[in-house]
Amino acid sequence: MSINTKIVDDLVANDISFITTVPCKQLAGVIDEIDARPDVLHVPSNKEDEGMGLCAGAWMGGKRPAIIMQNTAIGVTINTLATLIQYYRMPLPMLISYRGELREPVACQVEMAVHTKALLAQMNIPTYHFHKQSDADELDAILKYTFMCNKPVAILTDANFWGGYGDQ
Amino acid sequence: MIRSDILKEIAPILRDQLVVCNIGLPSQEMHMIDDQPTNFYMLGTMGLSSSIGFGLALAQDKKVISIDGDGSVLTNFGTLPTIANNVANNYILLIIDNGSYGSTGDQPTYAGKKTSLAAVARACGCENVVEVAAKDTGKALQEAIDGDQMTIIVAKCESGNIKVPVITMDPVVIRDRFMTSVQA
Ligand SMILES: Cc1ncc(C[n+]2csc(CCOP(=O)(O)OP(=O)(O)O)c2C)c(N)n1
Ligand SMILES: [Mg+2]
Repeated sequence: MSINTKIVDDLVANDISFITTVPCKQLAGVIDEIDARPDVLHVPSNKEDEGMGLCAGAWMGGKRPAIIMQNTAIGVTINTLATLIQYYRMPLPMLISYRGELREPVACQVEMAVHTKALLAQMNIPTYHFHKQSDADELDAILKYTFMCNKPVAILTDANFWGGYGDQ
Repeated sequence: MIRSDILKEIAPILRDQLVVCNIGLPSQEMHMIDDQPTNFYMLGTMGLSSSIGFGLALAQDKKVISIDGDGSVLTNFGTLPTIANNVANNYILLIIDNGSYGSTGDQPTYAGKKTSLAAVARACGCENVVEVAAKDTGKALQEAIDGDQMTIIVAKCESGNIKVPVITMDPVVIRDRFMTSVQA
């Protein structure tokens, strides 16, 4: 089974039926897989804070949401995480491509990579880092944990996890 | 007419509807005029009233009205293409366009100058966009509720604020009673 299928199987098995995305090259496969699933409403957003607003509404409407985005979006969403998702106590799994780690070809990505974990820690956001494909064995438990505690939870997925960038 | 005059006039229409209310004075005014468990008050997060309401409309069948402001729509313009391209016919976006950042002291916005929010919404692909004078807001809102089409209403009014207390209700209480109303 491909890693994209495994990830989306876990999302669906945890009753996640509303997903918003802003793409990253590394997330292309998982986004394709979401589009192939009739049980999931995929609503692409134009900016990740907008996407978190959609997720907040969807959750209040009875659907379990998730957001899929790049780690650079942590810089876009701090205010929304603090004043909407955390302040109103809402669950939000965030599947995040962790750009700027080992094997990164684009130097600028490193500039947000060095802040990513520090920002998440400062926000008291539970954070998991998938480095090897077997790390995704914990995804199911992480999703259950997210909806148990009603918090935003970050799942950072680095280049090694996705198998590198291929030819650049 | 200023924003609070519009809200006073439409409060009876809004009473039984799910309403997501914009940050700052709009929420405080709605809370003072006619507090309802069906009102979701935003206490922060400028810009996301339309997004929260739209996510809610996509997730369930009841009508949802987002009350937004011109400044907040300007800060989250990305919302309009998302709304246009994922039509939810149980969704109404009411933009109270007073041409200013009212809650922070009526600094002018570009919507009060050359920029037409109705034209922007249409350019983004929204199909049912109506711009009305403040006094016609209630009629336009009632028509949108009675109709079965997603509607964007831009209500043009004057800048100006009344004195209102802040909302001291806990956010989790606001959210919990709102979710109970959504499920009812
Ligand atoms: C990110 C951010 N920037 C600025 C503010 C301050 N602020 C709160 S409400 C508001 C004005 C919103 O204007 P508008 O949406 O037109 O609503 P009005 O008060 O005019 O009805 C501003 C600038 C904020 N809360 N968050
Ligand atoms: Mg305004």
